Amino acid sequence: MSEVMRSPKVYDVCIIGSGAAGGTAAKVLTEGGLNVVMLEAGPALNPEKDYKEHVWPYELPHRGVGVGGKYRNELNGEFLAPNGFWDIEGEPYTPAPGSRFRWFRSRIVGGRTNHWGRIALRYAPVDFKSRSNDGMGDDWPLSYEDVAPYYDKVESYIGVFGTKENIASAPDGVFLPPPVPRCTETIVKKACDKLNVTCIPSRLAILTKPLNGRPACHYCAQCGRGCISASNFSSSQVMLPKAQATGRFTLITDAMAREVVVNGEGKAQAVLYIDKITRSEKQVHAKAFMVAASACESARLLLNSKSKLFPDGLANSSGVVGRYLTDSVGSDATGYFPQLENMPPHNHDGVGGMHMYMPWWKFNRKNDFPRGYHIEFGGGRSMPGVGEFEDLCDTVEGYGPALKQRCRKSYGAYIGFDGRGEMIPNENSYCELDPNTVDQWGIPVLRFHWQWGENEIKMAKDMQETFRAIVEEAGGIFQSKAKPDGERPYGIADGGVIIHEIGTARMGNNPKTSVLNQYCQAHDVKNLFVTDGAAFVSNADKNPTLTIMALSWRASDYLMDQAKKGSL
Amino acid sequence: MSSQDISRTDTSKKDISRRDILKTLGMGAMAGSVLSMIPAQAAEFAHHMILAEKAASPAAAYTPKFLRPQQYKTLQALCQAIIPPDSDSGGAIEAGAPEFIDLLSSENPDYQLKLGGGLMWLDETCTDRYGKAHLEIDPAQQKEILDLIAYRKNALTDPSLSQGIDFFSFLRTMTADAFFTSEIGIKYLGYIGNTYVTEFKGCPPVPGV
Repeated sequence: MSEVMRSPKVYDVCIIGSGAAGGTAAKVLTEGGLNVVMLEAGPALNPEKDYKEHVWPYELPHRGVGVGGKYRNELNGEFLAPNGFWDIEGEPYTPAPGSRFRWFRSRIVGGRTNHWGRIALRYAPVDFKSRSNDGMGDDWPLSYEDVAPYYDKVESYIGVFGTKENIASAPDGVFLPPPVPRCTETIVKKACDKLNVTCIPSRLAILTKPLNGRPACHYCAQCGRGCISASNFSSSQVMLPKAQATGRFTLITDAMAREVVVNGEGKAQAVLYIDKITRSEKQVHAKAFMVAASACESARLLLNSKSKLFPDGLANSSGVVGRYLTDSVGSDATGYFPQLENMPPHNHDGVGGMHMYMPWWKFNRKNDFPRGYHIEFGGGRSMPGVGEFEDLCDTVEGYGPALKQRCRKSYGAYIGFDGRGEMIPNENSYCELDPNTVDQWGIPVLRFHWQWGENEIKMAKDMQETFRAIVEEAGGIFQSKAKPDGERPYGIADGGVIIHEIGTARMGNNPKTSVLNQYCQAHDVKNLFVTDGAAFVSNADKNPTLTIMALSWRASDYLMDQAKKGSL
Repeated sequence: MSSQDISRTDTSKKDISRRDILKTLGMGAMAGSVLSMIPAQAAEFAHHMILAEKAASPAAAYTPKFLRPQQYKTLQALCQAIIPPDSDSGGAIEAGAPEFIDLLSSENPDYQLKLGGGLMWLDETCTDRYGKAHLEIDPAQQKEILDLIAYRKNALTDPSLSQGIDFFSFLRTMTADAFFTSEIGIKYLGYIGNTYVTEFKGCPPVPGV
């Protein structure tokens, strides 16, 4: 048992997690005058030491794939901004029998915002009211109009480039000018125009002009490695410095939250956490708590916070915590474009992500499936990496001058396409505490149940057909490993792989079927908020980060308002 | 400010303290408004200094960690056969392919089996066919055996080649990995980038694009 602390320091708010949700709340709450303490399960971030920006693969003995080549076929391997892992030693998660689920976690200040794709898309009005529209899933307890002012605030502060397009499925925002297209994007755009597939400048949280003291992008295409000039958005470099500057912000790193403790009246009063450095348990007291540890980690903390008043976990009288888990539907394919073989060498880098994308364009038609998807694409003459010619080598075989020249000829001639679609929550996809397993800190771990529904499979099929149409229209050769059947029909990625897992403490008007109200405040515990992706009711085809920040900002404003009224 | 390749920027500007700049940049992550005081030139300079520093650390001569010296020589010969030097660039040895493959294998039991076992298979097969290990047979014989194990279809007519074909496929991929991520390999491909530019110019005019 932890020591009883006599008259401990009591902060106004304790935030658990330092990523998109936690960082936004820290900025808003401290600037609003509150004293905030933040727990982060990982270490501090030191861009000078930790970032691999501008490092060439040959400057690393393992060329980026790590000891024994363990990062081969993984995101960016050794180049990745630090501490993002599919597997963390000593901190497992388990699949339920018959389920496949991958859980990407970042234990470091800034969390997953250090290396995310910076894709910053607003939910559309219909995304908040999808049940009213097609009878599936549930409506959110708020509307686009409620969130729009917060999208404005977030975009104005973090900086997002894009263009006004007036597309119903992809609302416009406050935009910086977009970068010009690369050759690959020009080719695809032309084909999309012929096919009536909408293809527009993408919307990424990267500065194309200086903003709020941060310099503009220098176009090295390495956002995923972390940006030493903070020209892209990360919580660690853009949100937390603002909180720090107020003098009202305390950051505790290497602090793994174990349990939120309630007092006799059922209000949260402290968080017990493991200090990973000393391997000892500590606690921090506050008047209000904001859980922002990432959707599944937040659900885990609530489920592990059992007490006499909350025997099934904190704020879980509905039994909904951990349920309604969704990820984006993902499927991919590649095109080989002979017209790119003879490109003159030129700087193709651009920003660290796509300059163009295809928002959902079939929203006013009758489709085989409800909801929609968008398409991300990229390729061309980017920095070569390990694995670049693996498929080609396997195909052409041989060796010697012919192989060498063939690799050069094909370099930059590939464009990859990724669909990102909406999954509708189902009762077979959820997380719960594994009754048999704890992590190295003694904390029960999550067990994941996962099943794609029929709609998602149909969507993946439609993605593959669209990729093929675009590639062939553009004069390319279509290449896809997707098969209609098997474990991954139409190439649908396993649950969690797209890293858009959300919904595990969803908001709603009915306390019997939801955990939070529309301000991310727990129905059961007034001074407890969950402001990360756990709060989402649906998982529209929009990457969730921008909406997480907007909802966290809105929740923070509400918290301050309630605190002033003495209602917490 | 120019948009020139920072790797070619004059390195004599060392009167600007690298430490000061990096310290300030690093503090920007936690200390707030400091970042706003950093001119873009300083950021560019910081990038450049990091690059220059990394380039300056000399690569020590590589001592094989997994293979025995004779096996390592065979590996070198095979790598060089897969990606040979030509008038446009050096080959796989200059690109560091043998050390990359040996290093990764020393850390990975699967690779140890593939590489170590594959080299043994090759020498045994060469001894069966030509009476000597691979390095000792004449170039025409070396070409003959490589032509056999470089194509999967050869296993259809001679199934005894299949293990050698798997081995060579592994080696081909690893050699390509190493060559095309090396300084000379990247230059050979014509990749231009990994730099600091103030404006992204997009696609140059090309017919059909």
